[in-house]
Amino acid sequence: MVNTPPKSQQDEILLKVEDIHMTFGKVQALIGVNLEVKKGEIHSIIGPNGAGKTVLMNCINGLYKPQKGDIYFKGQRINHLKPYQRAQLGIGRTFQKIELFKGMTVLDNIRLGRHVFLKSGIISGSIYVGKTKKEELEHRKFIEEEIIDLLEIEHIRHKTVGMLPYGLQKRVELGRALALEPELLILDEPLAGLNLEEVEDMARFILDVNEEERWKVTCILVEHDMGVVMDISHRVLVLNFGNPIADGPPEEIQKNPEVIRAYLGEEDLYATRR
Amino acid sequence: MTAPLPEITKDLTIPKLFLKQCKKYGPNKVAMREKEFGIWKPYTWQDYYENVKYLCLGMLQLGLQKGDKVAMMGDNRPEGLWAEMAALCAGGIGVWLFQDCMVDEVKYIIDHSDTKIFVGETQEEVDKALAIKEDCPKLKWIIWDDPKGMRHYKQPFLKSIKEVQALGRELDKKEPKLFEDLIERGHGDDICLLFYTSGTTALPKGALLSHYNMLTMGRNLMSVDPCYDTDDFVSYLPFAWIGEQMMSISCGLQVGYTLNFPEEPETAQENIREIGPHVMFAPPRLYEGMTRRVQVKYIDSTWIKRKFYEFSMKVGYHVADLKFKKKPIPLHWRLLNWLAYILVQKKLRDHLGMSRLRHAYTGGAAMGPDHFKFFHALGVNLKQIYGQTEIAGISIVHRDGDVKFDTVGIPIPETEVKITEQGEIISRSPSVFQGYYKNEEATKKTLVNGWLYSGDRGFIDEDGHLVVFDRSKDVMTLRDGRPFSPQYLETRLKFSPYIQEAWVIGDKRPYVTAVMCIDYNVVGKWADERKLNYTSYQELSQKPEVYKLVKEQIIQANKDLPEVAKIKKFVNLFKVFDADDDELTRTSKLRRAFVEQRYKDIVEALYKDTNVVHMDTTITYEDGRQQRIKIDLAIEKIED
Repeated sequence: MVNTPPKSQQDEILLKVEDIHMTFGKVQALIGVNLEVKKGEIHSIIGPNGAGKTVLMNCINGLYKPQKGDIYFKGQRINHLKPYQRAQLGIGRTFQKIELFKGMTVLDNIRLGRHVFLKSGIISGSIYVGKTKKEELEHRKFIEEEIIDLLEIEHIRHKTVGMLPYGLQKRVELGRALALEPELLILDEPLAGLNLEEVEDMARFILDVNEEERWKVTCILVEHDMGVVMDISHRVLVLNFGNPIADGPPEEIQKNPEVIRAYLGEEDLYATRR
Repeated sequence: MTAPLPEITKDLTIPKLFLKQCKKYGPNKVAMREKEFGIWKPYTWQDYYENVKYLCLGMLQLGLQKGDKVAMMGDNRPEGLWAEMAALCAGGIGVWLFQDCMVDEVKYIIDHSDTKIFVGETQEEVDKALAIKEDCPKLKWIIWDDPKGMRHYKQPFLKSIKEVQALGRELDKKEPKLFEDLIERGHGDDICLLFYTSGTTALPKGALLSHYNMLTMGRNLMSVDPCYDTDDFVSYLPFAWIGEQMMSISCGLQVGYTLNFPEEPETAQENIREIGPHVMFAPPRLYEGMTRRVQVKYIDSTWIKRKFYEFSMKVGYHVADLKFKKKPIPLHWRLLNWLAYILVQKKLRDHLGMSRLRHAYTGGAAMGPDHFKFFHALGVNLKQIYGQTEIAGISIVHRDGDVKFDTVGIPIPETEVKITEQGEIISRSPSVFQGYYKNEEATKKTLVNGWLYSGDRGFIDEDGHLVVFDRSKDVMTLRDGRPFSPQYLETRLKFSPYIQEAWVIGDKRPYVTAVMCIDYNVVGKWADERKLNYTSYQELSQKPEVYKLVKEQIIQANKDLPEVAKIKKFVNLFKVFDADDDELTRTSKLRRAFVEQRYKDIVEALYKDTNVVHMDTTITYEDGRQQRIKIDLAIEKIED
C-alpha cells in the first residue's frame, strides 16, 4: 500500500540536505549527498552495509559535523546547532543499537523524552504544587493516552527496560522518541533483529505515527527489510559507498537498473521477509 | 449489604432486572470499572443505563427487530457488555464470539446464527467481519468502538458505537418512553443468548438460552454462595464462555456487584491484584498457570525464602488434608498454620490477587488433584463446579466445608442429577436450555423428556458428590480391560511447571504413551541456567537434556498408578497444541479425534520399535498464514 501525502503538504519541504561530504581520515563516508524530505512523508534510505546511511542520520541529528554541505530544517540552517538544540526544534530519533537506560523502567525512559518540555523550576518541583503538579498531570496524560496506548505497552509500564525482550525494547525506544513530539522522526533500523510478528507491529506503529491525525510525523526510515520499505515509503533514497545513486518513489527504485546492480540484486544477502 | 435477591418469575427478563437495578442504584453506586490509560475509570449504574439505552435505541434505528441476532467480539470491556444488554433490551438475541476466532469460525457462526449486527472492538475484529461480509448477506451493520487504525475505513455499513448512540439519542428525543416500553415487552421464556459451544469433535452447535434459564441459574448459585453488592468481580475471561456470562450477567446483575475490566489481556493478572476480587471463576488452566508461576518463582528464590515456603506449604497441605477429611484441626496445627499464613500464604495470596477472595470456582474442564490441593494449602477456598453451556452455566458445586478434591460437589437447588445405566450424567433444572439453533437432530439427542444428556461419564459417591470420570467418548480401555481417564493422567502431568500440555494415548493399546508439550518460558529459563543453546521451541523441545527433564516429570506422575496405566513411551512435540490449529477448542480442551488424525505418524511410531519419527506438517498463524515444518522427533522409553 503506497500512500501519497495530502496535496496541501506535498510541496512543503521539512528537511533539506545539500551536498553533504563527510570523511573519516581517508574514508569517504558521504560524497555529495542531497536529500529533500517533504512534510508528511515516509522517506526511506537504503543501501548496502557501509553505504553511509547511519552517518547521514548522525549528520542530520547533529552527532557528526559534516566537512562540507548544509542542512536546513523548516528552512532554517541547522549546521551549527547541537543535538539537543535540534531535538528542541523537533528532530527525534531512534538508534540502530538500542540506547535506552537499561536500569530504569519503561515509563521513566519515556518520561525522559519529555524532559525538554519541563518548564517548572527546582523550587516548585521540590514541593510539587501548582505549576509542577499541573505540568506533571499533563505529561502523564500525554504519555498514557498518546504513547503507551499507541504502542500497546501497558503491560510493561513498570518493568525495568534491561529485563525486556529485544522487540519490546525497540518499541520503548520509539516511545521515547515520540515523547519529544517530533516533527521529524529518524528511525535507524527499527526492524533489525525483530521477528515476523514484531516487524508487522512496528510497521503498523510507524504508519500510525505517520498517518494518524494526532501525530502526522514525517519519518526518515533507514532499513534493510525491503518488503516493509517498499510497502510503507513514499520515497526512497539509495546510497552506495557514500554516493547517492537514486531517489524516487518505491516503484521506480525497484525498477532502477543501477539500484538492482548495487543493492537489490543481492536478494540472498538482504532477503525480504515474504 | 445483604439485599434479598430479586424474585425470579417467568415474567422477569434480564433487561427488566437491569432496569430495576439501575433505578435502585442510580448514580450512587459503581456498576463497572475499566482500567484505561493506567487509571481505574468508574461507570455508575446511571452511566450504564444511559449507555445501554442510547445504544439500544441506536440499534433500533439501524433496523434491529425482536428476535434478531447481534454478534459481539472483543476483549472484556464495558462497551461489550453494553452492546449485549442493548441487544437484549431491544428484544434481540446476543451471540458472542471468542476474540481469537479465525475468519472461518467467524463466518460459520455469523452465517449460521443469521446475525444482523456485528459489534467488534478494534480494527482486528472489524477486519474479520469485513472479510466475511459478502458471504453472510444477512449481516447488515458492523459497529466498532476503538478508533485506533480505523482511519481508512469508510464503508457505509460501518459505524462507531458513538455514532450509533447518537442515533439513539435522536430517537429518544422523539419517543422518550420507547426504551422502557421495549423492555416491558419482554418475557422470561424469550431467547436471550445464542451460545456456540466449542465442540471437541464437530462444528460448533448454537445453544438457545432463555432469560429464565439464565436468571434461575444465577439465583440458584447465589443461594448456595451468597455475594453482596459491595463485592468486586474481575471480568477478564471471554464473554463467549458461559462461565463469564454467568458471573457477569446471571449473578452480577442480580446481586449488583461491581464488575472490573482489566486494561489489556496481558495486564489481567496485575489488575486482579489491584482489585482483589471477592469471587472468582476460571477454568483450570488459569489456576494451573498460577501454580506454575509460584513454582517457578520458588525455584528462582533464595535459600531462606525457599525454606519458609517449604515449611508453610507443608503445614498448609497438612491442614488442608485434615479439612478434606473433615477432622478437627488440633491447636498446635492451628498455630503453625497461623505462622505459615503470616510468613508466606498471606503474601502469596496477595500476589495472586486472592487476598479478599471468599469463593474461587474452577470448572469447564478437569482439574488435577495436585493443583486443587495446592490452593487449599494456601488457604484459598477453591471449589469445583460442574456444568455446561446447555444448563446456562453450572448445575453442581462444592459446599463450604464439604470440599472433596476428586469430586465436583452436589447439585445446586432446583437441580436433579442422575446417572444413566450407561454411566452418563444427566440433569434437569429450570436452567436447561431450549435446544440447538437450527439443529433438531442434536436437540433430540441431548434433550430427552426434559433431561439434559451431558455426554460425560461419571458416578455419584457415598457422600452424594458427583464424580466426573471423563467425556464418555474419551474414556480409554487399558490392556487389562479397565476403563481409564486420560484426562486424569494429563492433569497430573501438567502439575509439573515444565509441562504445558500433555496428550495421553492408549485406548485398546498394549501400553500407555504420551505426547508432551514443554512450557517454553519455564524450560527455556531452565535451559539458560544450564547454558544450553537453543533458538526456537522446536530445537529446545528436542534437546536430550530436555527429554531427560520431561522423563523425570513423567516418572513422578507415573507413581502410584497401576502398572497398566503407566506411561511407557513419550515424545516431545515440536509445538504447543493450539486452538488456531484446531488442536484445542477455544476453551482449551484437547480435540482428541483431531490430534489423533493429525499426528497419526507419531501415534504409530509410539507403538513401533523405533526411536525416531519424521514429521512434515504445516502450522497456521493467527492471521491465517501457514508455515511448513520438517523435523525428526525422538521417542523416549521409560523403564521402571
